[in-house]
This record gives sequence, C-alpha cells and structure tokens, in this order.
Amino acid sequence: MIVLLAAAVIFPFFAGRYMMSIGVSVLLMAALGQSWNIMSGYAGQFSFGHAAFFGVGAYTSSILYVDYGVSPWIGMLLGMGAAALLGVLIGFLSFRYHLRGDFFALVTLAFAEILRVLFNNSAALKGAEGVLIPYRDVWQEFQFRDDRIFYLILLLMVIAITAFIGVISRRKFGVCLIAIKESQGVAQSLGVPVLKYKLAAMAVSGAAAAMAGTFYAQYYGFIDPGTVFTSSISVEAIVPCIIGGSGTLSGPLLGALIIVPLQELSNSLFEDVHGLNMVIYGVLIVVFIMFCRDGIYGALVKRQKGVET
Amino acid sequence: MNIYVLQAFLDGVLMGGIYALAALGLSLIFGVLKITNFAHGAMMTMGMYAVYAISVGMGIGPYAALPLAMAMMFGLGFLIQRVLINSIDHAPAYNQLLLTLGVAYILENVLLMVFTPNYRTLTVDAFQKAIHIGPLTVAPARLIMFAVVLAVTAGFYMLLYKTRVGRSIRASAQDEEGARLMGIHVKRIRAAAFGLGAVCTGIAGGLLTPVMSIYPTLGESFQLKCFVIAVLGGMGNLWGAFLSGIFIGVIESLSGYFLGGTWSEMLIYGAFILILLVRPTGIFGRGNRRES
Amino acid sequence: MTGLLQVIDVCKSFQGNVAVDHASLTVEEGAVTGLIGANGAGKTTLFNCISGYYHPNSGTILFQGKEIQRVQPEKLCRLGIGRTFQIVRPFGLLSVLDNAAVGGYNRGTGKKEAYAIARECLALVGLEDKLEMPAAALNTGEQRRLELARALATRPKLLLLDEVMAGLTPTESKEMIGLIEQIHQKGMTILMIEHIMPAIMSLSHRIYVMERGAVIADGSPEEVAHNPRVIASYLGSRGGGTEYAEHH
Repeated sequence: MIVLLAAAVIFPFFAGRYMMSIGVSVLLMAALGQSWNIMSGYAGQFSFGHAAFFGVGAYTSSILYVDYGVSPWIGMLLGMGAAALLGVLIGFLSFRYHLRGDFFALVTLAFAEILRVLFNNSAALKGAEGVLIPYRDVWQEFQFRDDRIFYLILLLMVIAITAFIGVISRRKFGVCLIAIKESQGVAQSLGVPVLKYKLAAMAVSGAAAAMAGTFYAQYYGFIDPGTVFTSSISVEAIVPCIIGGSGTLSGPLLGALIIVPLQELSNSLFEDVHGLNMVIYGVLIVVFIMFCRDGIYGALVKRQKGVET
Repeated sequence: MNIYVLQAFLDGVLMGGIYALAALGLSLIFGVLKITNFAHGAMMTMGMYAVYAISVGMGIGPYAALPLAMAMMFGLGFLIQRVLINSIDHAPAYNQLLLTLGVAYILENVLLMVFTPNYRTLTVDAFQKAIHIGPLTVAPARLIMFAVVLAVTAGFYMLLYKTRVGRSIRASAQDEEGARLMGIHVKRIRAAAFGLGAVCTGIAGGLLTPVMSIYPTLGESFQLKCFVIAVLGGMGNLWGAFLSGIFIGVIESLSGYFLGGTWSEMLIYGAFILILLVRPTGIFGRGNRRES
Repeated sequence: MTGLLQVIDVCKSFQGNVAVDHASLTVEEGAVTGLIGANGAGKTTLFNCISGYYHPNSGTILFQGKEIQRVQPEKLCRLGIGRTFQIVRPFGLLSVLDNAAVGGYNRGTGKKEAYAIARECLALVGLEDKLEMPAAALNTGEQRRLELARALATRPKLLLLDEVMAGLTPTESKEMIGLIEQIHQKGMTILMIEHIMPAIMSLSHRIYVMERGAVIADGSPEEVAHNPRVIASYLGSRGGGTEYAEHH
C-alpha cells in the first residue's frame, strides 16, 4: 500500500504527457469507483446512476464559475453539497417505498437520465452545447498550467475518499453499513438506525462523485450532458469495484489500475478495429462476474484467510 | 378532433407496437428468470442486423428474412442463458444485472466491429411511399410492421397458452419450485424463456430495419423505454407489458406533439420513477416484484 | 395484571389471510414464557408484531406500560427488546467480534464500550476464542450462539427467541438450554418460540399455545401438557408428535 502510494506520488515527475493523461484517467476512475464503493460496496445499495452525482458536481462548479465568477473550489463544495442532497432525495424516496435490488438500481438510472435530458434541453443550464471553461491559469480558480499539479490534486482526492472509507470501516458507521448490506432486518433488530445510515452513505457517496465531477470539468475544460450524465460514467463507477473487489478498501483502486491501462493498450494495439476495446471491456465484466465475484482483491483476501484457518 | 392529433395518435400506436413487442420480451425474461436484462437493447440491435445481414446476404426482402432471424435470435438467447446467466443462477440480483451489461457491451461492439458505426439502410421504396387513409398518411412499411407485431404476439400467445412448453414457462414464472416438482425441466425452460424473450426483442428490432437507418447503438436507445414499459405493465406481466407498450407509444407521440420531444422524454422518465416508487407491481397489478 | 410485555387482542392479516387472530398474552418480568403451536399457527408473525417488523391491524402491545405497536424495530431495540431469528443470518463478511459489536453499539456510547460489551456477551455464549473469525466460517451451532450474543449485546430487557434450537444436534440443544437457563438466572426476561417440547417444558414458567392465529390455551407447563384441547390440536396431533419424535 505504501509502495503503491509512493509510486503514485513520484509518477508524474517521470511520466510523459501521454502517461500523465493515463494516470489521470486511472485516478478519475478510482475516485468514481471509491464513491460507488461507499454506497454500493459497503452499504449494499446498488447504484446504476452515479453519473447523476458526477454530473451535478461538474455542472454546479462550472456554471457558478462561468456565469457568476465563483471559484470552482467553492463551486466544488457547493456541488458536493448538492449531490449529497440529491443522494438523500433519491434514497429517501426509494427507501420510503421499500425499493431494493433491481428496482433501486432502475430508479438511480432514471434519475441520471432525467438530469441528462433536463440539462440537454434547458437553455438556463447551457443546453446541449455544454459549458466551456475559460483557461486562466490561476490556482485560486482550480486551474494549473502544469498537469502534474492537477494529477496530484486528484491523487489527494482519491486518498481522501479512501482514507474516509478506511476510517469508517473500523468504526460504528462502516461496520453497521456492512451489517445493513448483509441483512437489513437483522441490523434493525440490533438497533442500527438503518434509514439514517443508508441516507448518510448515499450523501457521502454522492458528494465524493461530485468532487470527481468538478475535477473532470476543470481538467478537461469542457462538459456537456452527453459526457457527464451518460450511463457510461455510471458504469465506470461500477466496473473498477467489480474487477478489484467491491466492499473492500483497495479493490476499486486496484480495479482502476488494471482497467485503464488495459483499455489504453487495446486501443493502441487495435486502433483500426472499432469496438474491440469495448468487447474486451464486456468480456472482462462477464469473466469477473462469473469466475471471480469477489474481485481480485477480494479473492486475495479470501485466499489469505483460507490459509490461516 | 384536430387532424394532427389523430395523426400523432396513429403514429404512436404503430411505434407502440414495437415498444410492446420488445417490452414483452423483457417482461417474459424478468418473469421467468427474475433478471433485469441490460442486454435487451443490444439484443434488439442484433435483431436489426440479423435481418439486414440475411436480407443483403441472401438477396431476399427484409420480411422474408424474418423467420431465419427469429431462429438466430432464439439460438442466441438460449445460449446466453445456458452458458452465462445460468452459471450464476443464485448470485445476488446486481451480479446478474452486471452480467447482462457485460453481454450488452460484447454484442453491441461485435456489431460495431463487423458492420462499422456507419448507418445502414434497407428501405424498400415501394413500402416507403406514403399512402392516405382518409385524412391520415402512413408509410406501408409501418403498417406491415404493426401487422407483423400483432401476428407475432398472437403466435406468442398461442405458444404460451396452447402448448406444453408454454404452460411450463408460465408455471416456472409463477412458482419455480412447484414447477420443478411437477417434473418440468426448469433449467431448459429458463433458457427457452430467455430465447423467446430474445426473439420478441429481435423481431421488434428487425421490423425497424426496413423503416429506419440502423447503427450499432440504436437498440440501446430503446432499452430504458423498455424498462419503463415493462415496469408500467408490471414486471413479468406479459399482457401488461404489451398494453403499456402501445400506451407509451401513444403518450410519447401525443406529448411530443403538444410539448415537444424532449419534454415528453422527461414526462416518461418522471412517470417511471413515480411508478417504481408508488406502484412497482405496475398499473395492471399482477406483476412480480423481486425482493432481494 | 401487569407484565413487562402485554399483547392485547392483536390481529394481523395479509391480504385477507388472518395470521394472528385476537391474540393476547402477558410476559411477566423475570420469567421465561413459552409460545408453542404447529407450523403456521402465527407464532413468528406475532413475534414480528412485538419486535416492530409488522404493525398489527388492531390491538395493543404494551412494553413497560407504553404502547409500541407502531414503533419501528430499531427504536424497540433501543427501548429494550432484543430478538433472534428463526433462520440464522450472521453478517458473514464481518468478524464474530464485529457482529456482536453491531449489537453493542446499541448501548455503548463509544467504540471501546461497544466492543467491551461484545466481548463479554461472546464469552457468555462460549465464542471467546473465535473473535476474529469471519462469521460465515462458523458452523450452525456457533452461528446460533453468535446470534444470541448479538441480541444480548444490545442489552435488552426482554429477549425474544425464535426457535434458537432449530438445526442443532441434541448435544448442542442441551448446551443451548443450559445457556438460556444461565441467561435467565442473570435476570433476563425471555419469550421464546420452540418446537422441541422437553426444552420449552423445562425452561418455561408459563406457556401459551397458538392455533390458527389464536391463543387457545395458557398456563404452567404442567397445565398445558394436560389441557385436552392442546393435546387434541397440537401435542397429540401429527404435527407436534412427529416433531417431538424427530428430536428424540
């Protein structure tokens, strides 16, 4: 873990432009994955709509910045707040009506889609043209000429989310979330405030995804509904957890570290075969679901425990 | 009544037929296998390209290509269930959901590799020329499309209610354990149900081939709508799915006329959330609801 | 008449099917009360009403004199009602200690306190040497005991036990009887559903018999065992008889 961290910190000082962009992609997926991990991996509420939170984060900071001159740092915090509220709203509605499993996933998906359509068609929200972030190179406005600083900031975000998960997993909140995932009914009988905890998990998870959303907007300088609210963002939040191991601390990090380079590799190897990289993506999902349900990290942990007992 | 409204209504019913057939397949799969099939849109696209490929390859008309395409779709669905889904039978719901998502990526992008992202058209001019029915205009291809939808649905009804396989499917949907006790080979029935679901969806896609330009992600745009319709009709309630398919087609067309296309989309998704929350068994009541 | 728990004229039906039919019972503080009846008699449904999972259609449930028939399970746990489930459901991903700690947090204000309570309860049920094991790795007998420890860790005033001996070997059952006896000795009030007749006969001070949702008899184990109606409908019938035979 420490070696990995050290490598991640040193990385930008050795990497070229191309490698840097891959590094950012890895971290972005890791951040999304970890945010999903809180709500779905730990609390067991399966989200298929993390794009909703990501997009709300990206749009809140961007519109506030472009139209009102609010620093994206502040916009990021406001976006996180907005996404947390959205999470609580989705959660409250769903849990009030006892939605679970597939139906809960469908509700989260529907919310993301509604937001996409809404942003696509509302002039006040910049419509389908999206938002172009003007480049100013002022750190107070979350802009840097040096990509390495962007990278390190994102690394810091990933570390923050991971540390948060690490801390809660040893405390009441995290232990109770796992209890809720495994059996909500039993958790209730033991006095766990199930609704409150699930909503809290959704709020934190939404806020974390929104943070990644703001980063995305500032780093790439352009967002539109088709990129930040699309279901492929939601899938990008899920896949690293599946590959690495959901409900584990380092699983999603490992997952992101494997998938992104693999994608890049297949992209460059089979440049002219349109779609092959996505076929590989699909095969990867299928193979892991079928043969390695706990993910790589989960399988490792299980093997270790198996040896001990 | 305003003639444009009437025209919108007719267009809605005709398109609703496609929704109905696709959602019927989704609902059947959910009813028997208790799986929300995220590969449904991709299977619809498979149907489109199956008709396209057979028609071009064998030099026959798109409608003549339908039977063979149906057989292919059944084989595809049967295999997907037997080889992939079946092996994680009692995994948590979201694992099955993700598995079908992986399948969707594979199907869609294999099509992309084979057929490129270019638009393909297979329209037959004679069927495209609008004809007039009183004050209304309609392309014959759309009428044929709707007629085939009705015929396939009728055939589907006969299969489900008049044959042994159909009775076994319905029994398995209602009570898997009971079906097993009655000596029904549930595993094979589940694969058959997935195959039949694939046929319905594939035909719904295939019927669009002579009507619009196709591309590998076209089916995906129907997927969420299929979810909406199947939930509205009550997941697992086949006739509910069919009726709400027509219903959504009409609502979409009429609200598109009155409110504009995008707001009609909002309306439908909004209604979707409302139904999921308030009445997840669907407006026709009898649907299954999965607890997990 | 007052008791720690009073169930008064409770009815619960599901889509017209009556599961609990005007049932009344009283659990005296410090006593072990048994609830018996054939499968489907409504025992577990009544349990679920008492512990807040179902809200009765009519009737009143009083706990320490307060109405609780509309209160949510987690609130009831805080008020002092702990329970186990007919089907054991350990939190398999968590360690044995963490499992009990989830209960311990109900009273424990902090982590330290919660884990102290958890350790104490695990020691009581004899799982003190398996603290770090994942709960999924325990055998059925151990999982039953873990469930008991988990419920005890919430520091209940009333403990509801739903067939804690189901699936246990005769030896394990005997140990469980001893354990329940021990917990009772410490002053715990217990209401238990049980199919194993000698167990419930030896443990209970008072037994209620349910049939088709209604309480048809109650009294001391002695009285119930000789009640002709109980013998006819349950003890002597095939249902109770085979179950009795199965275990002995």
